[in-house]
Amino acid sequence: MVVYGHAQPTTPWSPATGSLRPRLQSAVIPDDSTDTTVATVVGKPFSVIDEFNSWRKQPELAEAVAAIRALAAVIRNCEATTMMELEIELKKASDSLKSGDTTSISLTAGCDLFMRYVTRTSALEYEDFDSAKSRLIERAEKFGEISCKARRIIAMLSQDFIFDGCTILVHGFSRVVFEVLKTAAQSKKLFRVFCTEGRPDRSGLRLSNELAKLDVPVKLLIDSAVAYTMDEVDMVFVGADGVVESGGIINMMGTFQIALVAHSMNKPVYVAAESYKFARLYPLDQKDMVPALCPIDFGVPIPSKVEVETSARDYTPPQYLTLLFTDLGVLTPSVVSDELIQLYL
Amino acid sequence: MDSRRAPRTVSDPKVRKVGFFTAPPDRSLSGPPDHRIFSFLTSPPPVVDNSSPSAGNSLSPVMIPPPRHSSANLSPLRRDSAEYFPPSASPTSFSDDVAAAAMGRGAVAASSSLPGGLGFDIAALKSAASSVPASGLTTVSVVNNFPIGISEKGGGVAVEMQNDQSTRSKSLKEKTTKAERRALQEAQRAAKAAAKAEGGTTPAAASGAAASVTMKSTKSVKPPPSLKNDSATVAASEKKGGDRPTEKDRKKEVPQPRMQYDDKSRVEKAKRRAVVKQTEARNRVELFRHLPQYERGTQLPELESKLFELDPMHPAVYKVGLQYLSGDICGGNARCIAMLQAFQEAIKDYSTPPEKTLARDLTAKIGSYVSFLIECRPLSISMGNAIRFLKNRIAKLPLSLSEMEAKTNLHSDIDRFINEKIILADKVIVKHAVTKISDGDVLLTYGSSSAVEMVLLHAHELGKQFRVVVVDSRPKLEGQLLLRRLVGKGINCTYTHINAISYIMHEVTRVFLGASSVLSNGTVYSRVGTACVAMVAHSFHVPVLVCCEAYKFHERVQLDSICSNELGDPDVISKVRGREDINFLDGSSNSAILQLLNLIYDATPSDYVSMIITDYGMVPPTSVPVIVREYRREHLWI
Repeated sequence: MVVYGHAQPTTPWSPATGSLRPRLQSAVIPDDSTDTTVATVVGKPFSVIDEFNSWRKQPELAEAVAAIRALAAVIRNCEATTMMELEIELKKASDSLKSGDTTSISLTAGCDLFMRYVTRTSALEYEDFDSAKSRLIERAEKFGEISCKARRIIAMLSQDFIFDGCTILVHGFSRVVFEVLKTAAQSKKLFRVFCTEGRPDRSGLRLSNELAKLDVPVKLLIDSAVAYTMDEVDMVFVGADGVVESGGIINMMGTFQIALVAHSMNKPVYVAAESYKFARLYPLDQKDMVPALCPIDFGVPIPSKVEVETSARDYTPPQYLTLLFTDLGVLTPSVVSDELIQLYL
Repeated sequence: MDSRRAPRTVSDPKVRKVGFFTAPPDRSLSGPPDHRIFSFLTSPPPVVDNSSPSAGNSLSPVMIPPPRHSSANLSPLRRDSAEYFPPSASPTSFSDDVAAAAMGRGAVAASSSLPGGLGFDIAALKSAASSVPASGLTTVSVVNNFPIGISEKGGGVAVEMQNDQSTRSKSLKEKTTKAERRALQEAQRAAKAAAKAEGGTTPAAASGAAASVTMKSTKSVKPPPSLKNDSATVAASEKKGGDRPTEKDRKKEVPQPRMQYDDKSRVEKAKRRAVVKQTEARNRVELFRHLPQYERGTQLPELESKLFELDPMHPAVYKVGLQYLSGDICGGNARCIAMLQAFQEAIKDYSTPPEKTLARDLTAKIGSYVSFLIECRPLSISMGNAIRFLKNRIAKLPLSLSEMEAKTNLHSDIDRFINEKIILADKVIVKHAVTKISDGDVLLTYGSSSAVEMVLLHAHELGKQFRVVVVDSRPKLEGQLLLRRLVGKGINCTYTHINAISYIMHEVTRVFLGASSVLSNGTVYSRVGTACVAMVAHSFHVPVLVCCEAYKFHERVQLDSICSNELGDPDVISKVRGREDINFLDGSSNSAILQLLNLIYDATPSDYVSMIITDYGMVPPTSVPVIVREYRREHLWI
């Protein structure tokens, strides 16, 4: 997972008015717990990247949500006087955020959706720029809040699907899935979890640790043991890096494999994904995506003639997925396109 | 979560509410619920809008004055009142009124004698019946002395009737006498209806159903299912009027059952009114008796000679019709563009007859042209949608426009439609599709689709390295044309016939197909053989991409290739061009035990289609009804 570093722009990033302001070294860092207003120190240009990084300091916050909050702050702090200027500024900010991590689908999708959601309002026809701007800010805040609360909503929706005595197979460490399991554990449901190791980043180990802390019975499997244990499993829960237009998901390497096995053994595969992850992509096969590589440590040196498949993600087509749990509700995969069409067109 | 979506008005399943009842007094589609607007997309007659008092309130049924029973003395006026109030007052769904339909037959004849465009023209009312030109004003005289308000309402029905009738040149006299008899029947039925205290539902049903029945039977020849959906449904449901919004509207949404050609009486009626005289083929496959099939090759010389005689037909339209008949123009986009350009010519040369409104008369004329085109060759779905668009635009012309302005408006509307929905849409499709072609690909295509051809040529221009497999099939052998053009541009091609599809499929990486239409359940309706290609590709796990412009989408649903299709010339199957020695089936057309079947279209289920590329982007097949729903509301064709 690429970590978005704290990048200081080398040239003063000045607002649309174009005035050059002297740059101060220390940026004022907003309170994590309060709202997002960046009290700009006199002379410090508002930097969306700084804003983004400050939001990311919260450990539980997803990357895309931090980006959304940062963009909301852009609107609030922008000094444009016309709607066109505002949109251009927003676009610039969004592009700079996206360029920080080109492989993250949820970041790109979140930014795009934010832009569409916010600008898709009739407030843009108001003559009074200020009222239009305040309307935009309102929508942006709302979108940010919804995105923040998305995980809780998803957790609540999925409680009906976890019954006492069930066995859940999870893959990799998804914070949404973890929230789901945590909520279920806290409501005193009895279930056990099979956790795949999740190589190469070993995220499954982290998840099993967390679950153990919650007193949930956990069993760790190597990735190859999924088919072996699929008989005992009642359902599969995965998260998603991005949900594509066909209704399929892009997720950590190995998800497709698990979905395939589950489908052939008639086990339901549930995906827990927030709605800002809906992306306007449509991969036809595994190679039809932007590659995201992740180095693999085999523990022993590999001769240079041997190629290693280092892709970190795969695409699971919609026919292998049963349901999507999103903050918009419990959906079938075909609804994703419906939502995107309504939003984009 | 309702955050992102404006709360949707709770609407009934998309019911195409057309016709009178929805008439908000002003013509600007101000009907309250969203879906009412849809009705205007499909209902040409502006009359409805303007019809004043009785049809003003969209939801209140208009009470039909109990008709007098003095049969012999029934004046046209009376008849009209009985005839036309019901449709405007109370829409009933055609589908649930079989009895009414039966009853309606008589009434229909009556209403058929009352022509469409008559509506407003009081002056015309005064004109002698026989002076009415054949293009459908035949019954003007009948409507003499009719009060404007009523005739307005009637206008809507009338327009539709006129559509059907325009190609017919029955003398007025015939109709008047029959009309009087019908009037009597109608009056009696109306009385019955009034007695039922349904506020005219039954008479409406009667007249509506009747109207639709008449429309069907009188509609010259074979309205293909697609046309049925469009003009037929429009016409029929318009006649129903819209008195009972809720369930009735819901029911009206059910598309009209198409004219089934195994119903002898209707076929007979249709033949009587046909411009193009076609003889039915003798040896027909039992399963496809509901589709029209005619002997080929006989009408063309005869029709060519009649070029200057057919008065109501504009020469441009006539020419296009003959081109369809002979097969010179084929392909959804080509046919649609040719038809629209012919209509442009016709509109340019059109002049409103005195005391008629442009909107209604022109709509009637267009209807007559459409009937003629159907006789030449059943409409494709793209053509049907284009006609709906045109009628809608005519209906929406503001009354204040002068004739010149209205005509230029329509001219530019048609230009805009062609440009936006076809030409620009193709550009967008090409732009999306080339992103799915990468170097080293082997692309397979079937037949000859204009959209796919553009995609391949553009990808080649961009410098992508790929090769193409063109799959072809008899009897049309359209793939050869595509092959010639691709090879001419320097693309590496392989050519094979469809019987080798499973042999070649293992080398293929992507399949690009065109479509005549995509239906609401994701089914792709395209040239016969497409389904085979898609299924074989699916079993080899090769993605299938269908390129189709959004104006070809249709809200109907089809589960198989049988219920609606087009039958081609069966003799073409038994002969192989250039191989005279293959004559084993010579003389078999008279054999009782051998029937030859030449289907033109087939339906590919949505499971075999990976993605549909439209001008709205790349969507999964399940999203077609979403596009239809969202964009019809915003005037998909506008």
